[in-house]
Amino acid sequence: MQWHSASEFFAMGGYALYVWGSLGACALGMLLEPWLLAQRHRRILGTLRLERLAREQDRKD
Amino acid sequence: MSKFTEVFYHYASPSTFYPLAGKAQPWFAALAVLLALAGMWVGLIVAPTDAQQGEGYRIIFVHVPASWMSMFIYCVMAFWSAIGLSFNTRLAAMMAQALAPTGAMFAFLSLLTGALWGKPMWGAWWVWDARLTSELILLFLYLGFMALQAAIDDPRRADKAGAILALVGVVNVPIIYFSVKWWNTLHQGASVSINKSPSMAHTMLLGMLLMALSFWAYSIAMSLWRVRSIVLERESQTEWVQDAVA
Repeated sequence: MQWHSASEFFAMGGYALYVWGSLGACALGMLLEPWLLAQRHRRILGTLRLERLAREQDRKD
Repeated sequence: MSKFTEVFYHYASPSTFYPLAGKAQPWFAALAVLLALAGMWVGLIVAPTDAQQGEGYRIIFVHVPASWMSMFIYCVMAFWSAIGLSFNTRLAAMMAQALAPTGAMFAFLSLLTGALWGKPMWGAWWVWDARLTSELILLFLYLGFMALQAAIDDPRRADKAGAILALVGVVNVPIIYFSVKWWNTLHQGASVSINKSPSMAHTMLLGMLLMALSFWAYSIAMSLWRVRSIVLERESQTEWVQDAVA
């Protein structure tokens, strides 16, 4: 363990902006991508289900 | 046909690959989270302060894995492009397409974290150095691949054009990797290489490798997820997709 206090940890020896900026950017990107992918997949499944319903309706008519 | 090629051809069909990718994807995602937690613990809590760069060096735990993945994903993309071109398999081209956005993100993160590291250590966010410039070209190759695929309406033609771009661009990957040796650059040399022992403390190396494995599992999870969306979009007229969404 390198750290004596939480504030020392967050200060990162004066490099807080650079270290936390880098880690934050990666965390942001790597959370945003799965979120966008989940939305995309849901949207496609939704469209395909609607098309299927429409086809079934057509067959009944 | 040998057992191996039989299995290979079986899963080369989108209809059999789709459920397999769906089963594998959450496991790789979970693995990525666990490895990232372990890697961040080792990297931020356990690893010692660097003698030269103080705490600023801790950017390495995301910068190096992101850079490695940006190069590795491009090679995998070129590999699937080559398979797609030679065997004319639909799924291979879809894999290449699914990998590009994740690779582009890692190339961008590599440049961004590099800028955030360069500013305090070199005094500049950006320099036109061989390593940085070739990594920027990698980002443009990813974006060019994605734009080219999006610009061509016929998916099979888009696959072929994208595959050729991916294969031509792969020459840039060794240029990035060896740039620190071939040119006199500001960027430091490799901290880890195959033929000499790593020039860093064991805990630093462990943290970096854990993060690299985490980014690797993340990339597999994301590309499997994206390829499933692509499969559904492209195969939407087939019977198996219509059964799958029932």
